[in-house]
Amino acid sequence: MNAPLKSVTLDGNETGFATTKLDALLGWARKWSLFKYPFVTACCGMEFMALTSPRFDGTARFGAEAPRFSPRQSDLLWVVGTISQRQAPVLKRIYEQMMEPKWVLAFGTCASSGGFYDNYTTVPGIDKVIPCDVYIPGCPPRPEAVIDGLMLLQDKIASGDRRPAIVKPRFDPVQGAQDGLVQIRKKGLLEGGDK
Amino acid sequence: MSQAVIQLLRQKFGAAIVETHAQFGDDTAVVESSKWLEIATFLKNDPACAFEMLSDLSAVDYPERTPRLEVVAHLYSLTKGHRVRIKTRVGDEEGEGAEIDTVVGLWGTANWLERECFDMFGVNFRGHPDLRRILMYPEFQGHPLRKDYPAEKAQPLVAYRTDEEAGMSIDKQAPFGPHEGMSFARNDWTKRAEDAN
Repeated sequence: MNAPLKSVTLDGNETGFATTKLDALLGWARKWSLFKYPFVTACCGMEFMALTSPRFDGTARFGAEAPRFSPRQSDLLWVVGTISQRQAPVLKRIYEQMMEPKWVLAFGTCASSGGFYDNYTTVPGIDKVIPCDVYIPGCPPRPEAVIDGLMLLQDKIASGDRRPAIVKPRFDPVQGAQDGLVQIRKKGLLEGGDK
Repeated sequence: MSQAVIQLLRQKFGAAIVETHAQFGDDTAVVESSKWLEIATFLKNDPACAFEMLSDLSAVDYPERTPRLEVVAHLYSLTKGHRVRIKTRVGDEEGEGAEIDTVVGLWGTANWLERECFDMFGVNFRGHPDLRRILMYPEFQGHPLRKDYPAEKAQPLVAYRTDEEAGMSIDKQAPFGPHEGMSFARNDWTKRAEDAN
């Protein structure tokens, strides 16, 4: 796994040069310029709109705003919603038309696993048909969850790791509670003192 | 609401009306399948009935009955403001030979409704202009809303990737699966039908 890029601030009239690895530079460039192909099929689309509109601004902030409605011009396939058996060939074809390098993001429970549609109509997860990089749970997922998934994907792109379902170690604020920022308390204990 | 319509049907068609009932104010007539089109034509054209609108047309599968399938049509009159439901029973124990006349000539909306009914239940509509599947794909085998169709039996158009191809397990994990982690099992309709006979 490549080490993350180090940031250097130049001030005044300094001149100089920086060295990096080509892979790292390409990864950095790719992760901030994702062109999405929104494959929106169901109710998750509403949450997708909430994600992209100003309150959350969940794609433009990460360089992933511009949609391309041609798979040949896009490198991130957002599968937003339920994929029926009848749609599976279409989805597969769209994926195959995309240029390498390409990534796939399963938005919501249906795209990830079929959700509660455990029946004859629905593909039980898009990974049955195409490779998938990030799975975002939720029915539909909160925009925060999607942003988290997008950031995970960015980390994955930067790391250059193409294996499926690689998730970086996460920082859990509860585990890091020794800095005093987060304290877990049971409700009712505070009023009755420390006991 | 439309007891008058039921009375009218009884007068006009007599023995072709197999039974009638009313539930929650919805009057229903079960009719002979051979008289389906004739009765539908009467209901639409008779000035006292004037059912200009076909609200819905579908079917119900009763595996323990013979004839097994029941085709149901809901009619509404825009001018009179009344409704009626007509049913007819078709098909043998296996649901084979389920066939009635189409009502596309009376209500245009019947075109897609009958296609759906054919797709989901396998009822054939004689004289339908374009009787083919509407929701499922042409390659699909069987009729999924029949009770003996296993609900989880998928017929994928694209072959599923294997775990080796994916490089990880892509099985649906618990709590999904046949019973979705629930303590009760699914209804075995085939068995219920056998018990009833």
